Amino acid sequence: MSHVTQDSTLRTSRANRVLIYLVLLLFALFYLLPFFVMLANSLKPLSEITGGNMLALPRDWTITPWLTAWSSAQIGIEPTGLRPYFLNSILMVVPAVAISTVLGALNGYVLTKWRFRGDTILFGLMMFSCFIPFQIVLIPMATVLGKLGLAGSIPGLVLVHVVYGVGFTTLYYRNYYAAFPTELIRAAMIDGAGFFRIFWRILLPVSGPITVVSVIWQFTNIWNDFLFGASFGGTAQPMTVALNNLVQSSTGVKEYNVHFAGAILAALPTLLVYVVAGRFFVRGLMAGSVKG
Amino acid sequence: MGFLEISNVTKSYGSTEVLHRVDIAVEEGEFLVLVGPSGCGKSTLLNMIAGLEEISSGDISINGRVMNGVHPAQRNIAMVFQSYALYPNMTVGQNITFGLEMHGVPRAERAAALADVAKLLQIETLLERKPGQLSGGQRQRVAMGRALVRNPDVFLFDEPLSNLDAKLRVDMRTEIKKLHEKLKTTMVYVTHDQIEALTLSTRIAVMYEGHVQQLGTPKEIYDTPANVFVATFMGSPAMNILPARVVVRDGRAMAQVTTSDGAQTELPFSQQTLTAWEGREILLGLRPEALTDPDGADRKSANIVPLRSRIEVTEAAGSDTFVTTTLGGRDVIARLRADAEATAGDMFDFAVNMEKAVAFDPQSETRIPGA
Repeated sequence: MSHVTQDSTLRTSRANRVLIYLVLLLFALFYLLPFFVMLANSLKPLSEITGGNMLALPRDWTITPWLTAWSSAQIGIEPTGLRPYFLNSILMVVPAVAISTVLGALNGYVLTKWRFRGDTILFGLMMFSCFIPFQIVLIPMATVLGKLGLAGSIPGLVLVHVVYGVGFTTLYYRNYYAAFPTELIRAAMIDGAGFFRIFWRILLPVSGPITVVSVIWQFTNIWNDFLFGASFGGTAQPMTVALNNLVQSSTGVKEYNVHFAGAILAALPTLLVYVVAGRFFVRGLMAGSVKG
Repeated sequence: MGFLEISNVTKSYGSTEVLHRVDIAVEEGEFLVLVGPSGCGKSTLLNMIAGLEEISSGDISINGRVMNGVHPAQRNIAMVFQSYALYPNMTVGQNITFGLEMHGVPRAERAAALADVAKLLQIETLLERKPGQLSGGQRQRVAMGRALVRNPDVFLFDEPLSNLDAKLRVDMRTEIKKLHEKLKTTMVYVTHDQIEALTLSTRIAVMYEGHVQQLGTPKEIYDTPANVFVATFMGSPAMNILPARVVVRDGRAMAQVTTSDGAQTELPFSQQTLTAWEGREILLGLRPEALTDPDGADRKSANIVPLRSRIEVTEAAGSDTFVTTTLGGRDVIARLRADAEATAGDMFDFAVNMEKAVAFDPQSETRIPGA
């Protein structure tokens, strides 16, 4: 990547560069401040928060709030901590992301390389799912889930998120595959490869960048979703709902340190996905652009 | 019954017919070139032979087997695409053997076939590379290799040379011709380049607006074009087409043409059938090389006629000098020897080879039978 940077940077004077870095540093600090507050306060005993400065570093460092948030905090009426809900979220988000991404890729493949009468209309209709507000579908969705016997279960939530996500993933893959030369598909047909073979051997190996985009988008949206989780979660509520139950409890002492720890726990997976996959994302884009 | 038989084939998209009743029979081992300007239907016809587009009506058969509705993979054909269509994620070796793999050929046989083809095309050192690491000419060879390794009944080429630079294009053209002479496999080749068509083919189908305008050997197409379109499309510079009047002197048909200074000159035809056109207007077709300086005229021709006209422009092109003059009120181009003494603005004595002249009906723009 270093050679790319060399080629693309303009020469700037030392003074300009210092100024640019100062501004960037300022923005970085501004964005990191809330995270610092959360992290610092999650490592303090409660008395330090209620009695002192929110911005100060802990005097007595402790990880008890983290342990409490994870395994023993009162969530609703059960003192289970966030652990079971974290597991629910994982069990929901992994299949939902995988299924919606695979379906999106297949849809994109069909809509660009196996054109049929009315395909653009179908694609346009699928795009609608990106614009429909969540609240509108709550009641019909509940009816459908009830009829399917999936109400209040993780498979039910997976279905809801797949249905909602497939419009976006189809959009991503369709636009990506539209730029993929159709002559390659024709060559593979003459070579004797069938529908799935072409997809698996020709298209999928070059789909890295768009798959990363699709996974990041889907993972973030599904993990962070609250409305569907609260409406259809039943006994299998995801992390976001549990966090709300933890933070919004109206009885007892507000354990801010535990709340901060819980909030960070809830945000950790998406953070991880961005840090890990984000690098692949940039790398994928670079590889594509340099290849020419 | 030809080896590749295209009979009565049409192609329509909705109610628009883009290809009208095409009939071409190709013998085994022939090199057929489909040539025409863009949008003439040549690529559509090729895709229909390949099975990539459906046939609206009519039949296409290869080696006696009707191919309508047969999947491209089952037709025993191979195709070279304009963009080469190499699989970017596979190495050159994998690209070439992908088709064999899909047809279930065992690994050892694939390796042997790959070695043969790589040797034939001199790409042995490239087999481990990815297409992205190859130059245009190398990609072209790999694309050919992918087609060759299948040992098909028919090779299909879709403008395979149009993405190469001019020099490489000429080299690859020669290589394709050599390859055909070595393999003797039936080939169908689509191009918009008339030079490629004339040099490569054993037969040419000139297409325009969804019709085959003329089907014939390169010599037939060049010397006796079926109509004004074929005459002007094939050959560079294009055939000169100028209005003339047929007069008969001592039983011989002559073309009466107005020269640049307004004088009438009479050029005797070699074709006797034109006496029937006495007193009527025709379009006279003269190739630039049939209008030359007296020293450059074809010595074998029995009908060289002198013609005096004023030179307007001269263009020295190294091997020839092209000269523009006016005949019948139209600019016409003459091809002179490189060192012919021609100066713009001067009167010049041209020599017209009337053996090579053709005549067209000005209404239908088709060639007058026997002329």
